[in-house]
Amino acid sequence: MRGVKEATLEIHFKKQYRLKRWKRMKGNYELYLFLLPTVVYFLIFHYGPMYGIQIAFKNFIAVEGIWGSPWVGIDHFQRFFNSFQFWTLLRNTLGLSVYGLAAGFPIPIILALLLNQLSSKKYKKIVQTVTYAPHFISTVVLVGTMFVFLSPRNGLVNHIIELFGGEPVFFMARPEWFQTLYVFSGIWQNAGWGTIIYLASLSGISPDLHEAAIMDGAGRIQRIWHIDLPGIMPTAVIILILNLGRIMGVGFEKAYLMQTALNLDSSEIIATYVYKVGLLNAQFSFSAAVGLFNAVVNLILLVSVNKIAKTIGETSLW
Amino acid sequence: MITKSHEDVTFDIINYLILTVFLLAVLYPLYFVAIASFSDPNMVNAGKVWLIPQGITFEGYQRILDDPQIWIGYRNSLFYTVFGTALNVVLTLTAAYALSRKDLDGRNIVMAMLVFTMLFGGGLIPRYLVVKNLKMLDTVWAMLIPNAVGVWNIIICRTFFQSTIPDEMLDAAMMDGCSSSRFFIRIVLPLSSALIAVMILFYGVSHWNAFFDALIFLRNQKLYPLQLILREILIENEVELQMMEDAETVAAQQRIAETIKYGVIMVASIPMLILYPFLQKYFVKGVMIGAIKG
Repeated sequence: MRGVKEATLEIHFKKQYRLKRWKRMKGNYELYLFLLPTVVYFLIFHYGPMYGIQIAFKNFIAVEGIWGSPWVGIDHFQRFFNSFQFWTLLRNTLGLSVYGLAAGFPIPIILALLLNQLSSKKYKKIVQTVTYAPHFISTVVLVGTMFVFLSPRNGLVNHIIELFGGEPVFFMARPEWFQTLYVFSGIWQNAGWGTIIYLASLSGISPDLHEAAIMDGAGRIQRIWHIDLPGIMPTAVIILILNLGRIMGVGFEKAYLMQTALNLDSSEIIATYVYKVGLLNAQFSFSAAVGLFNAVVNLILLVSVNKIAKTIGETSLW
Repeated sequence: MITKSHEDVTFDIINYLILTVFLLAVLYPLYFVAIASFSDPNMVNAGKVWLIPQGITFEGYQRILDDPQIWIGYRNSLFYTVFGTALNVVLTLTAAYALSRKDLDGRNIVMAMLVFTMLFGGGLIPRYLVVKNLKMLDTVWAMLIPNAVGVWNIIICRTFFQSTIPDEMLDAAMMDGCSSSRFFIRIVLPLSSALIAVMILFYGVSHWNAFFDALIFLRNQKLYPLQLILREILIENEVELQMMEDAETVAAQQRIAETIKYGVIMVASIPMLILYPFLQKYFVKGVMIGAIKG
């Protein structure tokens, strides 16, 4: 008897709950209208392409459409893995990314720690204002400036090299220079901007800690090492996870713009390859397969890096 | 404060030194472009311009301003930036506000759906096919619609709304029979002017600097944004013939092509250079709001 009573009560509550929720949703219809365009946008422009990924397993024929094209299984993936370019592309993409991370990750941290120690607030402000500025320069202008500065005959850099008696170098045509130019132009553009987040977390460190350390006779370097650095560690770990998760996703724009016929050996990365093979040579299916490979590796990386961070420390993205 | 120790003074000197080197390393290239843009091209090319402009001439700027392509690019970029940003900001704010409301059923599902796109995407080719199937290729729509909202910006706005609009305020307004849209327009937006400024700036800069979508979606030169035209001049060395139809020799043409480049870099960056000092604090604020959630 009791069991039946409880069950009916439960059904009653469930009904009431549903009714309440329905009423609440009806009352909030305006909020759903607010969301509608964004949800539709995401369905079309983000989930639409995910639906289109199936062409990676098909032979895409434009007149048949995505759905109607015939399946070919993993042929395109096999072709990519067996192609002579596969290892070069992988090495170039990973190399560029790891180099960029190794050089680009610590510099904003060091700069932020140093900026935080400046006694002159005015000078700090000047350094910040100037070093944030390049962040807003477009990639086209940045790469264009590099071409102009590095020109073998008229460029500023080669004039400096010649001033010291060196031989001019045609940097943009040398595969061995590509990664260094890519990474350090990135540092020039973004290192200053990258300090913002660390400066914010430094300003959150309690001054009591510093006062206590001074009482105990700790010097500046000791305080940076034992107070400031541990204080910004959680932020740094998050940034590192985010960067590691993007390690296969080297952006298309800058690498493509920096490419010349002569530096392709090191400047051809997965993103530029996908663009060329797919859109310029119209091999849609093969190129989609290459892109999918990249996206999946990226996703696995991000999830596993996050998991590792969770196990080792307490910080993680989710 | 106790007098500075010996170690402190050494530290200060080294610190100032490092930061000054960094400051100059960032500043000098910008400064050099500026002075080279109105120096005599022969002097620049021969490496005689270092700190002071030499043989001041505005020939390069004159040629740039006479070039119709640059003006078309400027006009197009301005159009894409204004309308693209307007669309972005409206969609981002409304969606973020709805998602910030705790009484909205299903908000976690929508949020998950948005965040997932940050982790995984269909890639270039499927995205291109979507735009193609919508018949947007080679139209202005391709520059506006495929980038209508950014997930990260929605997260920033949602965090901002959740932390600055107290629940009690909404409850009180609801009690007085105020609808959600009215509350949003009359109460939420006026309290969010800093956020709106940040969003306009983030989206505006990204539209102004964007070049990838134009590269893949546009064929018609009349629709090209400034960045694509800059690419032709700066990187592909395709200086418009109009700019130097009067140059007789190849050497003269080359000389002009080189000068124009510095001027072009300046012309492309001037809107940002003028606005940047006024807007800097908003950009920084935007990074901070984003960092709360982190």
